[in-house]
Amino acid sequence: MSGSSEGIGAVFILIGAIISLISAIGNVRFPDVYTRSHAASKSSTLGVLCALVGTLLYFMISDGYFSIRLILGIFFVFLTAPVAAHVICRAAYRHQVPLVEGTTQDELKDYYMENENENLIIASEDNLIEKEAGT
Amino acid sequence: MTFEIILIVALSLLMLAIMANLYRVIKGPSSADRVQALDSIGINLIASISVFSVLLHTHAFFDLILLIGILSFIGTVAFARFIERGVVIERKQ
Repeated sequence: MSGSSEGIGAVFILIGAIISLISAIGNVRFPDVYTRSHAASKSSTLGVLCALVGTLLYFMISDGYFSIRLILGIFFVFLTAPVAAHVICRAAYRHQVPLVEGTTQDELKDYYMENENENLIIASEDNLIEKEAGT
Repeated sequence: MTFEIILIVALSLLMLAIMANLYRVIKGPSSADRVQALDSIGINLIASISVFSVLLHTHAFFDLILLIGILSFIGTVAFARFIERGVVIERKQ
């Protein structure tokens, strides 16, 4: 029961670690917040999913122990990592972090130009809060 | 024996990934970069905890995976709101 059946979990874990390393290299080498978000969220999520599935398979094969907590962790990571990346990207765009040189398309810019009033309202709300905190 | 070597190699790859993300945390030009790299460090930490629990052959660390996932997500969302609006919790005027 020790040889090849445990090897499946080890192979999954090794694939997950390699994908995580590739994602970290992309996180260092990409030039922009938005391109870095691509590297950080997608492949990192795939890497940690591979590692967790490998752990689940290892314990299921070697012990016959099916962990509900691990299933819950897989589900939670799979659900929240794209949401977190999206929220960070939107915050960076609204905070006007510049795009990289040579960007050919910026569709969100037209949308924010049309809805300039909403941004002004948000800015005035911020000013009100700052004034309230200052006095 | 080969099994443990594979697990240790996977742990060291994850450590390299965490150090690369740490470079981005220190260097990052904007604060969104730093928050994103911190989120990525949390994800890599989850993976290394699961590899470590296979290496020690114990079930005790599975709660920690869920806990770090939830804390990392909440921290990321709070930081993103802080960058976007300047406040974390919005109040009525």
